[in-house]
Amino acid sequence: MLDITNRVRSVWRRNWDAFLRTYRVNFIPPFVEPVLYLLALGFGLGTYIEAVDGIPYPVFIAPALVSISVMYSSFFECTYSSFVRMYYQKTFDAIIATPVSIDEVIAGEMLWGATRGMIYATLMLPVLLLFGVVAMPSSLLLIPFAFLAGLLFASIAMCFTAITPSIDALNYPSFLFITPMFLFSGTFFPLDLLPQPIQYFALAALPLTHVVGINRAITLSAFSPTNLLNLAWIAVATVFFFVLAIRLMKRRLVV
Amino acid sequence: MKMIQCISPKTGGTLQVLGMDVDAHQREIKGRLGVVPQETNLDPDFSAYRNLLVYARYFGIPKREAEQRAEELLAFMQLEEKRDVLIDKLSGGMKRRLIIARALINAPELLILDEPTIGLDPQARHLIWETLRSLQAEGNTLVLTTHYLDEAERLCDRLVIMDHGKILVEGAPADLIREHAGSDVVEVERTEKVIACLTGLGVNYDLAGDVIQVFTDRPHDVARELLEVCRHEAAVTVRPATLEDVFLRLTGRRLRE
Repeated sequence: MLDITNRVRSVWRRNWDAFLRTYRVNFIPPFVEPVLYLLALGFGLGTYIEAVDGIPYPVFIAPALVSISVMYSSFFECTYSSFVRMYYQKTFDAIIATPVSIDEVIAGEMLWGATRGMIYATLMLPVLLLFGVVAMPSSLLLIPFAFLAGLLFASIAMCFTAITPSIDALNYPSFLFITPMFLFSGTFFPLDLLPQPIQYFALAALPLTHVVGINRAITLSAFSPTNLLNLAWIAVATVFFFVLAIRLMKRRLVV
Repeated sequence: MKMIQCISPKTGGTLQVLGMDVDAHQREIKGRLGVVPQETNLDPDFSAYRNLLVYARYFGIPKREAEQRAEELLAFMQLEEKRDVLIDKLSGGMKRRLIIARALINAPELLILDEPTIGLDPQARHLIWETLRSLQAEGNTLVLTTHYLDEAERLCDRLVIMDHGKILVEGAPADLIREHAGSDVVEVERTEKVIACLTGLGVNYDLAGDVIQVFTDRPHDVARELLEVCRHEAAVTVRPATLEDVFLRLTGRRLRE
């Protein structure tokens, strides 16, 4: 069983405080990224693409941009940043000398990773509204859903952090897992353009596929029963990787 | 040490800290301990003052109380001027003092220090010794490990010398010195003549590199014998025995890796 009490909040708060201390630089990506992508892909490349399934191209990619930003912010928070705190700063060692348990440290890190994804989605929303590429009020759901999606990516990230021998080795999941997801999860073109086996693979093994599926339904305000399957996949995977991450981390840290 | 701190699982036997079993009461024990680790693990994302506040939160100390305590501890450790300075900008001695302040944030019943003055310059060491002694004077219990035997001699009421995980001796530093080294040490340069002479006189001696050491309670007699009977012509040094002598006699001079 997991040994988690509300002391997990003190771990989360530590990261929140550190984030606020450098908020200027932290707030740049969610404002700049969607502008760059929408201009380059949506309105640049997009002029050659009339519509995808009857949807204007910028509107088609807008939910993917949010999904990708959530994925990046949560995943990188709980890989590189968590690794730095664990290995170089010895922050985890300092915390577990207090009544906070190791389970709470890891859970707090993952909840923070999820929060960071949610913050980024929140900051992106006004930019997307300004471009007129997301429907309201349904798009407000992007924010709470970003927390769940963020928790999934943070949990997967923490599993990698728990088993990585060094910070350099974290480049493997970044290039071999995150980058393919960025391109092949129904982000910039519909999934059904891909060969059937790859479609199945994307649905089975690429979490971003399900996240994009739900976010696209949210920004278009067009929900379908498939979204329930997306949600179920995400929920089950999140619980699984959340627990696994804590197990693996304990194996690494308790000596 | 890590087992006492409840961060490593017990490898065997029974272990109680503050009367509680370490397997069953980890959080309670950790809440009542203060830990000064050997490795600096202050939080580099925060200033000295915020380090104390963030740490207080892990103990669930209310904000108002934590703020007051943090200010007091910065003053106690003579770090008020560095209150808002980031950790990277502190010297080694200041970091150590801040770690001690951090360990005191929860008013611990037991303070555990792992090599608290390692790598510090003499001024910084003395400042830390002063603060530790004033903590002792207030009635706090300190458990400390150290390889600096002068430090152990100064600070410890009761001392355990361990080697390869086994306890060799235990007691007050002065008692251990008297028992295992004698009151004084007479040292002379190592020569065959002196060795032969001491052997002839039936005086016990130790060889320490190029020095002959005689541990004795009557140093002046030994010194006189060396000068008059053995006709030793170079310097004869008489100094009080230290804990380091005890340690080296008990654990041997061979390098341990």
